[in-house]
Amino acid sequence: MAFDYAPAPESRAVVDLASSYGLFIGGEFVDGSGSSFKSISPATEEVLAEVAEATEADADKAVAAARRAYARTWSTMPGSERAKYLYRIARIIQERSRELAVLESLDNGKPIREARDVDVPLVAAYFFYYAGWADKLEYAAPSWQPDGSRGSAPAPLGVAAQVIPWNFPLLMLAWKVAPALACGNTVVLKPAETTALTALFFGEICQQADLPPGVVNIITGAGETGRALVAHPDVDKVAFTGSTEVGKEIARAVAGTKKSLTLELGGKAANIVFDDAPIDQAVEGVVNGIFFNQGHVCCAGSRLLVQESVFDDVMTRLKRRMKTLRVGDPLDKNTDVGAINSPQQLAKIQELTAVGEAEGAQRWSAPCDLPDRGYWFAPTVFTEVSQAHRIAREEIFGPVLSVLTFRTPAEAVEKANNTPFGLSAGVWTDKGSLILWMANQLRAGVVWANTFNQFDPTSPFGGYKESGYGREGGRHGLEAYLAH
Amino acid sequence: MAAPVLSAPDDEELVSTPSALRRFLRGLPGVDQVGCEARAATLASRSIKTTAKAQALDLAVSMIDLTTLEGQDTTGKVRALCAKAQRPDPTDPSCPSVAAVCVYPDLVSAARTALGNSGVAVASVATAFPSGRAALEVKLRDTADAIAAGATEIDMVIDRGAFLSGDFTKVHEEIAAVRAACATSDGQAAAHLKVILETGELMTYDNVRRASWLAMLAGADFIKTSTGKVQPAATLPVTLVMLEAVRDFADATGRQVGVKAAGGISTAKDAIRYLVMVNETVGDDWLTPHLFRFGASRLLNDLLMQRSKLATGRYAGHDYFTLD
Repeated sequence: MAFDYAPAPESRAVVDLASSYGLFIGGEFVDGSGSSFKSISPATEEVLAEVAEATEADADKAVAAARRAYARTWSTMPGSERAKYLYRIARIIQERSRELAVLESLDNGKPIREARDVDVPLVAAYFFYYAGWADKLEYAAPSWQPDGSRGSAPAPLGVAAQVIPWNFPLLMLAWKVAPALACGNTVVLKPAETTALTALFFGEICQQADLPPGVVNIITGAGETGRALVAHPDVDKVAFTGSTEVGKEIARAVAGTKKSLTLELGGKAANIVFDDAPIDQAVEGVVNGIFFNQGHVCCAGSRLLVQESVFDDVMTRLKRRMKTLRVGDPLDKNTDVGAINSPQQLAKIQELTAVGEAEGAQRWSAPCDLPDRGYWFAPTVFTEVSQAHRIAREEIFGPVLSVLTFRTPAEAVEKANNTPFGLSAGVWTDKGSLILWMANQLRAGVVWANTFNQFDPTSPFGGYKESGYGREGGRHGLEAYLAH
Repeated sequence: MAAPVLSAPDDEELVSTPSALRRFLRGLPGVDQVGCEARAATLASRSIKTTAKAQALDLAVSMIDLTTLEGQDTTGKVRALCAKAQRPDPTDPSCPSVAAVCVYPDLVSAARTALGNSGVAVASVATAFPSGRAALEVKLRDTADAIAAGATEIDMVIDRGAFLSGDFTKVHEEIAAVRAACATSDGQAAAHLKVILETGELMTYDNVRRASWLAMLAGADFIKTSTGKVQPAATLPVTLVMLEAVRDFADATGRQVGVKAAGGISTAKDAIRYLVMVNETVGDDWLTPHLFRFGASRLLNDLLMQRSKLATGRYAGHDYFTLD
């Protein structure tokens, strides 16, 4: 007997959106000097609000505000005092968690279940975690010299320019802002143009927490705004999360300056399933690895490497599981896969999947009714994929999985590492020694064993090769914001 | 490792020697505890509202084995339970009856008389329930007594001691012998056999999966989590592992085995979580009392209370629902 879940929509009433938003500079919302653009809901194409497009002059004002706050208050404030502000921000995030989750889901298209159970709790956790480090930096980056003498104490870098992507708008903000502030830096943050709204709400939270004006500044806009911010001469540190293409452009722009740089870029992670894996959990991990957040995850397990002897079984189980994925209204509490974030991203996914078919891979999509309005893509898996196919090499950044097979652990390692990226990998086996051996061989910043897409503020995260450099999270994440 | 495709002759071969059986059960794919519990928790976060909730509540009522298994049970109490089983909500004729009444063997005839031809089955625990610590002849006599008194469903316990010591063959033989005792002389099933794994004593999910397969290979019609006398009783992750086992068994053999979650499920909210898990793990084929049951007593009143809340918009007080 069919059991259909009735719609269970989360209420939008908790979010009080203004019709337009300015820039958050020096602790105030101010008008931008340029034009504005619309932020839309990708699930319905409804306009949510107008957002200012920051110009070079606006970026200059924001950097100046950050510089003033750095010199006058933040860099000289004791770490224990900075911690109080960070704790306060973390608590306000928890108090406003429902509102933030609903807004994140509206603006980004991700399912409310993920925004509510993953994004927002992690955002608060990162602020709590780095608040704890603010008065213990001497232990995070000890100044003791080998001869027993003391070197200089760890010091902040100054003004940090931070440019973040649209896939986890608030979480990426937390990864950037929390360690920077804990170390005594001030920031100018530029959220992605399609998902600026939760960052602007974060501006309100900074006001609510009485954060000294200018410690956090938020300027909205697209590529031009980001370029102006990164190129600003009074910026000491640039931190970027986004595509490898833009990351390379930023590295070129920053080369030859005094600015220090951390980059967290694309990925094409291998999720490797051995024949002795806990099969049902492995399939669940594969699904979570690629369909979590519509596959808009830089560390997504977008290449599934399956040991040949269990290929048929894994594919049967995977397809059966994919049929139960609930695609649709992101605000419905039972939705598993939400909307693609933008028409541009949808076009890119469509282009690459068309190439996959043209190159001879076999495509299978989960049967599901997609809404008429908004941007949608059914969860899709490609088999008969070879290493040479573009869908095995390029980051699709969507709910599309490419499946390859292997016979031996050595072959699995060779295939997994045969990519310009190196952000993450997953290993599924009941054999502990194999997990340890694989973890040593894989050229990836994060290796998950019998799990995937797990994040924790205490754990460093970052890439090998063209997935970037520098680490975010954990004690390692402080290094990117400290001078020695 | 894939669950091997079974057919009838291979079945025989699998259980032909203790080492063959052990090899097969040990070769089943492992269960990762963290992943299994995480999946169960995600499924538990489904939001079942309005029409879906109404459907789920009625379905849950119809899946209950309304149970009383106390030393202090009396025929009077069993008669009361049987009345409630047939008309759970006397004020609402649209309320379905429960699936069965579950009692000790000596109270089967009282239940049989009280239930008559109502369609509500009489289930009896047997085989030296709940510990299972008795000789096989005693267990078989226990079973035969219950069937003779009119039980159409037998809830047997496995020998956990034998299972944990690795003597899978002994467990298999006992289940097969009870299975045979549940059949009439012409081989027809006189009673449905539910095999209680007592997962609270098996300790690992790997063991739960092995015990599930062992019971199914020996001919179980249902595999059941718990006696209710050991903590923990039914949990969502344990039930998930058992549902995966019946799904894989059906894929391999074509035979559909039921699952009964028993013990500790006392709220409508919990019951709905189990139904969601059944729906998304084995599919809606199993959303019938023929293939999924709740072993419970307190659960029924909460389901009735939620049913009336859905219909009237208000909660009635506890005193509006009969005590069993």
